[in-house]
Amino acid sequence: MAPRAELVHWAFAAGFLLLGLILLAEVIVGSEVFAMRPWRLYLWPSLAFGIGVLLWPVAVFFTNSTLHMLAHGSWAEVAMLAGAVELALVRGKLKSRWWTLSLCFTLLVSSAAFLIHEQNPWFFSRSAFLHHAIGWTLLVAAIFPLGQALQPRKALWGAGFALTWVVLAVMLFCDRDVAPIFGHLSRFAGGGQ
Amino acid sequence: MSSEIVGPLEGSRKQEEVEHRSARVLAVEFLGPLTILGGIVWAIFQPYRVVFLEPAGKGLYDYLFQAPLLVIGVGLIFTLGIAPGLIEDLRSADGTKS
Repeated sequence: MAPRAELVHWAFAAGFLLLGLILLAEVIVGSEVFAMRPWRLYLWPSLAFGIGVLLWPVAVFFTNSTLHMLAHGSWAEVAMLAGAVELALVRGKLKSRWWTLSLCFTLLVSSAAFLIHEQNPWFFSRSAFLHHAIGWTLLVAAIFPLGQALQPRKALWGAGFALTWVVLAVMLFCDRDVAPIFGHLSRFAGGGQ
Repeated sequence: MSSEIVGPLEGSRKQEEVEHRSARVLAVEFLGPLTILGGIVWAIFQPYRVVFLEPAGKGLYDYLFQAPLLVIGVGLIFTLGIAPGLIEDLRSADGTKS
């Protein structure tokens, strides 16, 4: 028996929050200090890859629509891709800084998946609202890895990228299976109003 | 080089470096506790999200994913597992620079 969707969202929110804190810490202390202990460099790529792997069971067990399955599947793929590319960069298997653009691709695909798989309008329910908000947030946030690829030394891009995950975590923690948004809940949303 | 003008200028630059360094240490030190505080505040405002406080009718998954406790857990992982090493390295790196 699968857990409720909101519980799964909260579990992933915890993962994204940790990811955001690690990236934020890296921005604060600087890349040189962060790299002083090699295991730290593996933290966030491993976490991203792990989140990707864990998204597969979500794709398999939450099959309320084909779009949901495709969206979760595509997130799993791009999260694993981002994690794998970053792991390869840390290991020195990949050298070019342009590989950072894979993060941009990850955010764009995730954004599209969020926006496309939410079939209800913004004010249908809180869950629908958050799916739209997260989709557009990730679309805007795709500029951060692009900036990192173009200007790797500028801390702004790294900070923006780190905060993206913190904001995403907050939004996912706000998610509820059935809840109103700004006092409004559609009578078709399952709230019994 | 030392004169009445250069001396104070170098001193103020060092003072700025020290302040910048301590601000970074402080920021890393506070990230985890702030996260924990966020979880505690959430638990206070919505105690029903902590299943241990209101266990009636709750299942295994409700016990596994208690949102405020997840936030506190993440804060603890960062505070105990990641921040101490970062602060130590930040201090040692700054020590070798100065």
